[in-house]
Formats: sequence, structure tokens, C-alpha cells
Amino acid sequence: MLKVQGLCKSYATPQGALPVLRGIDLELATGQSLALMGESGSGKSTLLHLVAGLDRADAGRIEVDGRVLGDLHEGQLAAWRRGGIGLVFQQFNLIASLRVADNLALQARLAGRHDPHWQAELVERLGLAALLGRYPEQLSVGQQQRVALGRALAVRPPLLLADEPTGSLDERSAAEVLTLLLELLAGSSTSLLMVTHSASLAARLQRCLCLQGGRLLETA
Amino acid sequence: MRRLYWTLAALLSHWRRHPLQLFSVLAGLWLATSLWAGVQALNSQARDSYARASQLLGGAERYSLVARDGGWFAQQHFIELRRAGWPVSPLLQGRLRLHGQGEQRLQLIGIEPLTLPAGGALAGQPFERLELTAFLGRPGRSWIAAETLAELGLQAGAQPLSASGQRLPPLTVWPQLAPGVLLVDIGVAQRLLDAPGQVSRLLLPAAFARAAPPLPAALAAQLVLQRGDEGADLAQLTDSFHLNLSALGLLAFVVGLFIVHAAIGLALEQRRVLLRNLRTCGVSLRGLLVALVMELGALALLAGVAGLLSGYAVAAWLLPDVAASLRSLYGAEVAGRLSLAPHWWLGGLLVCLLGALLAGAGSLLRAARLPLLALAQPEAWQQAQARWLRRQGWLAALLGGVALFALLFGDSLALGFVLLAALLLGAALALPVGLNLLLEAWLPHCRTPLAQWFVADSRQQLPGLALALMALLLALAANIGVGSMTAGFRQTFSGWLDQRLAAELYLMPVDASQAAAIEAWLAGQPQVRALLPSWRVELQLQGWPAQLTGIRAQAHYREHWPLLSASAQAWQRLQRQQGLMLSEQLARRLDLQLGERLRLPTPSGAWELEVLGIYADYGNPRGHLLVEAAGLQRHWPGLAPRSFSLRLPAAEVPALIQALQEEFALDDSRVIDQAALKAWSGRVFERTFAATAALNSLTLGVAALALLISLLTLGQTRLSQLAPLWALGVGRTRLAWLSLGQTLLLAVLTLLLALPLGLLLAWCLVAVINVQAFGWRLPLQVFPGQLLQLFGLALLATLLAAAWPLWQLGRSTPAALLRSFADER
Repeated sequence: MLKVQGLCKSYATPQGALPVLRGIDLELATGQSLALMGESGSGKSTLLHLVAGLDRADAGRIEVDGRVLGDLHEGQLAAWRRGGIGLVFQQFNLIASLRVADNLALQARLAGRHDPHWQAELVERLGLAALLGRYPEQLSVGQQQRVALGRALAVRPPLLLADEPTGSLDERSAAEVLTLLLELLAGSSTSLLMVTHSASLAARLQRCLCLQGGRLLETA
Repeated sequence: MRRLYWTLAALLSHWRRHPLQLFSVLAGLWLATSLWAGVQALNSQARDSYARASQLLGGAERYSLVARDGGWFAQQHFIELRRAGWPVSPLLQGRLRLHGQGEQRLQLIGIEPLTLPAGGALAGQPFERLELTAFLGRPGRSWIAAETLAELGLQAGAQPLSASGQRLPPLTVWPQLAPGVLLVDIGVAQRLLDAPGQVSRLLLPAAFARAAPPLPAALAAQLVLQRGDEGADLAQLTDSFHLNLSALGLLAFVVGLFIVHAAIGLALEQRRVLLRNLRTCGVSLRGLLVALVMELGALALLAGVAGLLSGYAVAAWLLPDVAASLRSLYGAEVAGRLSLAPHWWLGGLLVCLLGALLAGAGSLLRAARLPLLALAQPEAWQQAQARWLRRQGWLAALLGGVALFALLFGDSLALGFVLLAALLLGAALALPVGLNLLLEAWLPHCRTPLAQWFVADSRQQLPGLALALMALLLALAANIGVGSMTAGFRQTFSGWLDQRLAAELYLMPVDASQAAAIEAWLAGQPQVRALLPSWRVELQLQGWPAQLTGIRAQAHYREHWPLLSASAQAWQRLQRQQGLMLSEQLARRLDLQLGERLRLPTPSGAWELEVLGIYADYGNPRGHLLVEAAGLQRHWPGLAPRSFSLRLPAAEVPALIQALQEEFALDDSRVIDQAALKAWSGRVFERTFAATAALNSLTLGVAALALLISLLTLGQTRLSQLAPLWALGVGRTRLAWLSLGQTLLLAVLTLLLALPLGLLLAWCLVAVINVQAFGWRLPLQVFPGQLLQLFGLALLATLLAAAWPLWQLGRSTPAALLRSFADER
């Protein structure tokens, strides 16, 4: 499903180029879940952004279902983000001026894949039924994260990218959110690539990789 | 389309949650369009009237024979010329007052349609289409423009009476006739104007006139061939007037765009997260920009339509004053009712769209340039502030350089306006830089922590308030500048008028024989202490219309004709026919100094005279020259006096007027006493500046609104800055007072900086713009009372603008203040 080969990325700093990723190789099969761990600044989010088509790599290749992201132009990358992935951030990134219902449907509508039945099911399973008319600022942190999950899944993406999705939650709420996420993904063909600091959460996914010094190490 | 729809829906949802910002953008665009469109409507209406005046009798190239003194002459000359084979057609023109229409005068034109030059046109229609039978038969026709008819409140077919009780032929609407004009048969005109056997000019076919045949010897001394186009002359003369109106409209437009720019910039800052979300959800950069431009366009269209409608209302409100000014100053008739062509509406909308794009261009560019991953990371305030101030500082310095260049090397009105624009914009851009420096320098001197916070927080508010303060600075400076110029002009004009209008009575005889009779009759009136006749000749000097006046240079003129500059013994030398004097505007236009010589074209060849004096001639768009009457009569033999100025005891004036009117049947327009003339001049002056004053006040209103909007939008983000102080024990009421103090501090500093800028602007207006536009320079005068009044008004506007956000702050609940901490998570 996802195949990353020799991926390199560095950032320009006043002291010169700072390499963050030094030749990353990674494969993720359809329906598989993978946790990405590592210290702060190790390049986890950078790797996620590159796979999401939010940024361009200096070298290497990212291939998703036969498409090489490096060969896509801006418009094609935007189309890839619309229909090819679901993105969940630690800060949720909900649109403050839209109600919960519209936030949930936004990406699916942009992709032309809005399915009211699927959205209703998501609302039901995420426990958002009573919150649909509210604005994000009127929700608790946990509720906001559930809306963000719902928005990402509403498009039924082949690949779900989650950047520390439970980073703003306490341990118990984080575990509940992950349980919910895994239940929603169970039986689907959606692959999951999740960046996390939590070893206990990482252990609940099928594979776990660690980024260190710009390279990937497989953990047990 | 689907993606665009949902992208637009997400973008527009921002406005639903921030209606105040939406109001700011709409109000800014609406006000900008409104004032600009209003001024353009006035200009467009006036230009349309000039064009129709130009088309009245044949269009651009029109030749006619006129009396050398510019007055009426005997119809007999027409008969003599026709007999000599000249294809002339007589025309009589004069002012007519209708019974029951107050002081309003119409321009009455009498024509003789049978002899009109073939192939010509009347008000854009071929002569051949004239309904001759109806026009020449009884009761005839009075052709009139539809809007003039409506303005008079009369119906087609009506036969109103003239002020002297003469009945007009039935009024008939003639399409495209110039406003304020009544066109009748020449016989009717002679009856209505009480000018039997008189004509104003003899029209000639262009082809015949271009061959320039010599006039019969008997008429050569009395008539002169003139090529003229009234409309084009009016357009040329009134150009400066319209340019000044446009400049004020443009200033209001710029102030309005400042509001839009501020509101759109703030909206972009608040929508960074939204933009990032849309991009991460798969909206391409191009799609996002298209949606942003469409959103801006929709807002501009909405505000533009409202702006055009209110602009129309503003124009309709100002039109009577503008029309009266143009009539009094230039003799230009402008229709008193607005009728605007579709291109005005379309042009207005286009200007609004372009203005919105201009105001939003910076934000769109920022949205386009920001990398995707940085969209949601607001820059550190200090870093952004420093870079922003540095750029503004450089731009202000650059504009200062442009202003200096225009001042040193400018020799045209256009460069005069470049000077004004560069000066105002440069000063506006320098304002936040100056305020920041002032506050930065003040900060180390603050002793208490609250004082430190007060100054530091004022500094931090600068980016949010800068545009509103800049708008306030521009509006105040414009008010000070234009106010000082107007008040200075009023004082100078009134002093000048007192000196120049020293005679108690002014007479204008109908023709030469009446002039002679009046002169003889007045010689026998013991109460008349002095009789000062003057002779007049119309000239073209380097293409500019000028009046050459001949006087008997008696002691009266020495005492009452103030000179701006004069050679030694100027009046004595004028009396000895050794030179001439001329008006300031003509001297500037011809680039003449004292001691230089000017050649005047006369029927007997060039007449060269030395410039002995230069005098002010405010309000006269034409050039004016003064020579000794004997010299004038030598070069233009047979001239009759055009007017008489009479010195007599003021108490004797009413009786003499009555006696003159009884003896010579002179109407009110030919016998004018000093008081009436001064009152009329004063009224003309006030009406001339009424539109300017109104536009000025509206601009100040727009600036106050800009300040209100900025304070309201800032108020929404102020809570998070004030909450820490509240948590530290500063009460809400005290916080509200401190906030008011901050707003007032920034406003007062802006007011203080507006003072020198306004005075500089006043100097530019009197010493640069007036000189280039009208040809006269005024002394710069400062009126402290006026400045204090303006400062009071500006402070009141600031207080009113600050009141609502402060009232909200004072009433904010502890829960709202606590939420600002929660929001920071």
C-alpha cells in the first residue's frame, strides 16, 4: 500500500542544512497499522507530512498504491489529500467557524464522497449525536479529538495519518480514543500510520518503528 | 464546482462568526465607493452638460462674428453682410428670469433658422429636422431640455411669463438640448430680452470662415471673427474645479480602502487555521485563491451596489451647490437633476472591485506565499512588527523623496497632486513608525509596573490600530489643510472685495447709444461725486480668453485697486499709456514679470506694452488686463463704455437706482448696488466651498468609523491581554479606564502629528495647487480657533469610537475573562 524508499529531508538553518531524515525505507501493507516513535525533533512529523503530501522530500521516493508522490504536481497532491488520506493532528485543527456537523462532512464533501449513512454511523459510534449543532470552542478536548477522527474517517481513506492524536488527552482518555479508532478501522482496508510518544499506545498497533538519528529502527 | 462551493462555504462561515469584520469590509468598501462615485457623478453630470453646450450650435468648429467689445450689436450689420454675400445667421443670447422662479436665470438663445449654416446641427440633431412651421409660426416654440423643464416644475406646452411680464411661446422638449437653455426664434428673443434690433453674434459656415475673407471696411472696426466652442471652453475653464473635486473624492476613497485593508488583513490572520485546514483537506492553492478572490469580489459587488446608490444620493445632495458654483464662477450651466449613463454605474462597480482587490491584494499575496505547513503558525509579534515597521519606514522615506522631487521640479497641476499624494501617504505610513519610536523612548521612563504595561501594551496595539490612526491622520490633515485654505481664502477674498468694490453703484448699459445717454444724464446729477466709465475688449492671449479693460486711471483706482506687485509710479505711467497691468493668473499663465513687455493683438496691429503692475483677480477664470482708456480707444475706435462705476453717498443710492430705471428702463441685472454685489459674491464663495466642506466632513466621518471598527475588532482580542492584569488584581472598571487612556493617547499623538502635516498641506494648497489650478497664490493663514474646534471634534469622535468596546469590557463577566486563559491552552 505505502512504500517509502531512501527518503531524505533536511531543513535550512542559519548554521547550514540540518538533516532530519537520512534515507528512510518503510513499507505498510493494506489494512496494517504502524506506530512511529522517537524523541522530539527526530523527524516523525516530518515523515508524516511528506507522506501526506504537505511537504516535498529532498531525495527518495514515496509510492502509494502505485502512485509516486514526487511525480505529482500541486493540484494532484491536493487531490491525493482530499481522497487518499485522512489526517488527524494533536491540535485537532477543526474549523472554528463551522459547526460540528459541517466539520465532520467537510473533507468528504470536498472529495465528493459525502455519504450521509456513513457519517450518521460515525456520529453514532463516536458519540457525537448531541454535539452536531455546536461550534468546536463549545466542546471539550476529548470531544474535539473525536470530531477530528470522524472528519478524517468520513472520506473512507485508504491511509489514515495521525500525528500524536492523543497528545492533548490524559492517559485514560487517550486509551479510549485509540480503542475507538481501532474499532472503527477493524475490518476496513484503511492502513494506519500513527506518530506517538506513548509506548503503551504504540504497543496496541501491529508494528512499531523508532526514528533515531534520521534512520528507522524496527522495535519488537 | 463542488469543491469551490464547499471551500467558499467554509470561508464564508468565518464571516457568520465574525459579523463585525464583515461589517468593516462592507462599510469600508461602501463608504469608499459612495464618496468616489458621488464625486464622479457630479463631474460626469457637469461634463455631459458641457458636451451638450458644445453641441448646441454645430459642435466643435464654430465660427461667428462678434462685437469687439463682446456686447450686443445692431441687427443692421446682419443685413449689410447678407447683402455683401456673407452667409451669416443672427443669434441673440441673454439671461432671462421667469416669473415665480426666484433668482434662477435661464440662458435664452434666439436663432433665425432659415439662415442657419447648411449641414449644421442643433443640439446634436440636423437643422433639417427642425419643425420650422411650428417654430416660426404663432405662437412659436420655446425649446427646452427635459430636465430643465422638470427643474422649473413646468409641463410641456406651458407658456410661462418672463419676470418683466412677457409671455413665452409654448415650452417644447428638445432632446439633448443643454441644461438651463431656452431656444426661441430671434424675434421672440429680442422681445423677451428687450433688445429690439440687437444681436449677439452672427454665425458663419466653417468652410466660408476658414477662407478668412476680409470684412467690409465699415464693419471691420466693430466686428471680429471668432472661432469658439463654448462647451470646450467650459471644459477647459472648469478642469481645475473638477480636478479638485476628484482629489477630494480620491482621498475619501483611499481612507475607505484603509478600512477594507485592515479588516481583510485581520480576517486573514484569524483564518490562518481555516486556510491550513482547507489545504490539508485537499483544496489546492489555486482553488483556495480563486475562492478568496471570489469571496472578495462578492463582497465588493454587494458593497459597490450600496455605495453607488448612496453615491448617487450624495451627488444629488451636493449637485445644487456645485451647479450654482459652476454657474457663478464660469457661467457654466449644469443640469440640476442627476441623470447618469449606464457606464457611470458600471464604472463605479469596476472601481469598487479594483479597490477591493487592491485593498485585499496584500492578504491574498500573503496567503499565496505562505508555505502550507507555516500557515497556522502565527509569527512572533515582535518579529512581525519590526519587519512591518521597517518596510513602512522605507516606503515613507521613498514617498518623502517623491514629494520633495515634485516640489522642487513640479510645474504642473498633475505634479502638484503627486506632491500632495506623496506627502499624505508618506506621512500616513510614517505615523506608526513615529508612534512606535515615541512609545519605545517613553517606556524606560515609566516608574510603576502599571505605567510600564500601559505604554508597552499601547505599543502592542499599534499594528491593529495603525490603519485606523493613519486614516484619522489623513482625514485630520485634509481638514486642517482645506479648512485653513478656505478660511484664509475667505478672509483674503473679503478684504480684497472690500477694496475693489469701493464704488456705490455699478451700471451696465444695453448698447453704445444708451451708454452715451446715461453718461450725459449722470453728468447732471449733483449727488454723483465721480463717474468712472470702463471699456472692454475680449482677447485671446496664447489661446487663453482674456478681457482687456480700459479705465481712466484716476485717483479712485490708485486707492481702491490693490496691487500685488508694481513698478515705481505704476498708476502714473498707466495714465501716460506707458504700460498695462494684468491679473496674477494671467501673468503666471503668460509667464510675465514686472518690466517685461506684452504684445496685444489689435485691429490695427500689435500693441506692445510694459507690465507695470500685477493684481489679484480671485474667482475669475479668464485673464484680465487693465490699460488707460485713451489707448484702448485709439486701437479700437468706436468702442462704447461697457459699464460705469458711480461714487455717491450711500443714502442716495436707492433713489438714483429708481431714477435710472425709470429714465432708461434698465432691469435689475444692469443696475447693481455695492451691497447686493458683495452679498452675491459672498454667496458664490460659500456655495463654491459647500461641496468641499461637505466632502471634508464626510472624510472625517469615515476616519472616525475606521477607528470605531478597528477598536471593535481589537476589542475581541483584548480580553486575553487584559485577563492577566485582572487576575493580578486590577479591577474591570480600572482596566476599562486604562484602555480608554491608551486609545486617547494614540489619538492625541496622531492629532499632534496631524497639525504640522495639515499646515504643510495648507501651504501646498495655497502655494502650489491654487497657483497651478487657478493661477493665484494666497497667503498662508493659521486659525487657532478652527484648529481647536477640529481637535475637539476629533477627540469626541475618538471617545465615541472607544465607548462601545470599553462598555463591553467594563461589563465583561469573570467567566469571559477566565475563558481567555482556557483558550490559551
